[in-house]
Amino acid sequence: MPKVITIKTRIQDFFIEIGELSIFTGRFFKEVFSRPFEFKELIKQCYNIGNKSLLLVAVTGFIIGLVITLQTRPTLQEFGAESWMPSMVSISIIREIGPVIIALICAGKVGSGIGAELGSMRVTEQIDAMEVSGTNPFKYLVVTRVLACTFMLPVLVIFGDTIALYGSYIVENLKGEVSFVLYFNKVFNALEFGDIIPATIKTFFFGYAIGIVGCFKGYYCKKGTAGVGIAANSAVVFSSLLLFIIDFIAVFITDIFFEI
Amino acid sequence: MTREQNISQSIEEKPSKRIMLDIKGLFKSFEDNHVLNGFNLKLHEGENLVIMGKSGSGKSVMIKCLVGLMQPDSGEIQVMGKDISKLNQTELDDLRTEIGFLFQGSALYDSMTVRENLEFPLRRHKKKFGDIKDTTALVTEALDSVGLAHTMDLMPSELSGGMKRRVALARTLILKPKIILYDEPTSGLDPITSKEIIELMKNIQKKYKTSSLIITHDVDCARVVSERMILLVDGINYAEGSFKELSELSDKKIRAFFK
Repeated sequence: MPKVITIKTRIQDFFIEIGELSIFTGRFFKEVFSRPFEFKELIKQCYNIGNKSLLLVAVTGFIIGLVITLQTRPTLQEFGAESWMPSMVSISIIREIGPVIIALICAGKVGSGIGAELGSMRVTEQIDAMEVSGTNPFKYLVVTRVLACTFMLPVLVIFGDTIALYGSYIVENLKGEVSFVLYFNKVFNALEFGDIIPATIKTFFFGYAIGIVGCFKGYYCKKGTAGVGIAANSAVVFSSLLLFIIDFIAVFITDIFFEI
Repeated sequence: MTREQNISQSIEEKPSKRIMLDIKGLFKSFEDNHVLNGFNLKLHEGENLVIMGKSGSGKSVMIKCLVGLMQPDSGEIQVMGKDISKLNQTELDDLRTEIGFLFQGSALYDSMTVRENLEFPLRRHKKKFGDIKDTTALVTEALDSVGLAHTMDLMPSELSGGMKRRVALARTLILKPKIILYDEPTSGLDPITSKEIIELMKNIQKKYKTSSLIITHDVDCARVVSERMILLVDGINYAEGSFKELSELSDKKIRAFFK
């Protein structure tokens, strides 16, 4: 009997949380278009999220490019199809692997950071202090962070994809003596409008999901300092899950319009 | 004088002074936990009113209801004659500029310098202060009032507990409030620093002519700063009067506060 109660409670809690997140999202869209606009804080957050994630994204992107090429090369070689390598790598990185892996990396770094930062501000009453001084903490803290994530994630993904292709080129150059110009000529010949645009559009949604979930978990953090850890952790788990759902929907829609 | 006489006398006194805060029949519960059970309070202009109560007696909940951080289940809260439940968000924000709030843990914004902490509430209230381009004079004045003008460019993490409390006090002063709410102003501080904060509170009251509502369980703090006291027991006014009057009562529950 207690097990049934636990499962029932968990299901209830899940739907309550979904409801609260919907209200939080609604408030975001209401506040984002109303004055005053926090441009200075938005720029600061874009810098924090973008610039401070560059190195991590670069290293991850480089390794993705390197590993995919190294792993795939022998199979293509068996069929005498090494020349297809740049096309295959570029399509898989640009369409799927780059956006998803970089978004997951950002969910871990940025999402948990936002969850922990806002959570600690909540438990140390800094958010209350903002409210009491007659300012709007939602606009200052949440709107700016969500927008910064939404704007910066596509930039990070484009940057990460470029580095990944460069990593792939290095392997091709070492193993197959392919020149830089030839490699990237093949890459750009293989890519079409339907590969780049939908993949870029979905990264805006990825960024938004990471920002809104991180802010939601942190803004409503409870249970003292232990709650801060829970907020950071659940921000990563929930946003990662959301990223896969968004990816599925994006691929489904892309398939309808561009016939992958 | 009995406990009942003390309460009735206190309600009748100071009729000529303007009432800054007026709480009538405040109730607040968290599920089965009834925190406030019909609490009443009147704070007069220029008065220092201390509320004492055990931990969990509803002091902090009451003060949070006062500034709209929590919604009471029932009861009426009037701040300078305005019923806060009837105000829209803009009106409430405007009213909040008249109320300074010193949080128990100081609540300084830890990603901002001391100067930015003080500037933060200022730049959002152009209506009250005009479009202030150079805030340095105001920040310096507020920090001077707490004796910490030299900390302007430091981060909160570089300050001691007592210094953080003073900077937080400076932050409340910068909006030139008419009422200051102190939530456990001396908690977590050593006795010497506590005395400094208590002295500071008295000086601020003299200099800025503010009305103060002080929540504490520090008897020394209550003795020095209070003009009138309310003892809060089980979410309701248990006794009211001056420190001297209350400390001389023989009621067991009241004696427990002064041990």
